[in-house]
Amino acid sequence: MITILYFAWLRERTGLSEEKFLLAAGTVTVADLVDILAVRHVSAFQARRAIRCAVNQEFADPSTVLNAGDEVAFFPPVTGG
Amino acid sequence: MARIVVSEADFDVGAEIAALTAGRTDIGGIGCFIGTVRDNAPGTPDVTALTLEHYPAMTERALASIVALAENRWPLLGCTVIHRVGRMLPGENIVLVIAASAHRQAALDATAFLIDWLKTKAPFWKREDLASGEQVWVEARETDDAAAERWQER
Repeated sequence: MITILYFAWLRERTGLSEEKFLLAAGTVTVADLVDILAVRHVSAFQARRAIRCAVNQEFADPSTVLNAGDEVAFFPPVTGG
Repeated sequence: MARIVVSEADFDVGAEIAALTAGRTDIGGIGCFIGTVRDNAPGTPDVTALTLEHYPAMTERALASIVALAENRWPLLGCTVIHRVGRMLPGENIVLVIAASAHRQAALDATAFLIDWLKTKAPFWKREDLASGEQVWVEARETDDAAAERWQER
């Protein structure tokens, strides 16, 4: 099981700030997870290139491999400061 | 030892500088950047309020790693980063960066580096309330990426 967090317009478009997800057996990457979530949350994941990801509070790449217990966050490019 | 704060509360710039320099006689230069809420973004109607969302579990960690990079690169004698979250009105403070060193160049460069990196690497998102009643998420700017990019080690 992993925890998925959504921020900013991803939170609004998914209607969720958090959901749990059971990882399939075998190697699952961030890109694989996005493919699955894009089916579940069509409008949120439409602009895929505008989505950034962090795994366990560190910025991650599409190729980052996920493990049970991970906290995976999806959000738009940051705009603080 | 850096002071890093993420809070809804406003900050007092003078008090922060005083706290950083209290009892110190080795500091020769202090760089300071204050970001404030602007009521008018280019091409958009007037902004009536700004709401800063963040990713609490990641924010302080990201700020600490940005500060650590600055401390490795410049001989800093003190550093303060304060970022507000929640709802703010035009004219209010959003962010404060202070970097102190023996000489001005390190203090000024570290200050610019800290705000440039923070803008592109720390998990904060701005949403504007517009006079029309609309709420819009501020889009990341390529110029911010370019500003951060110029600090890449050559």
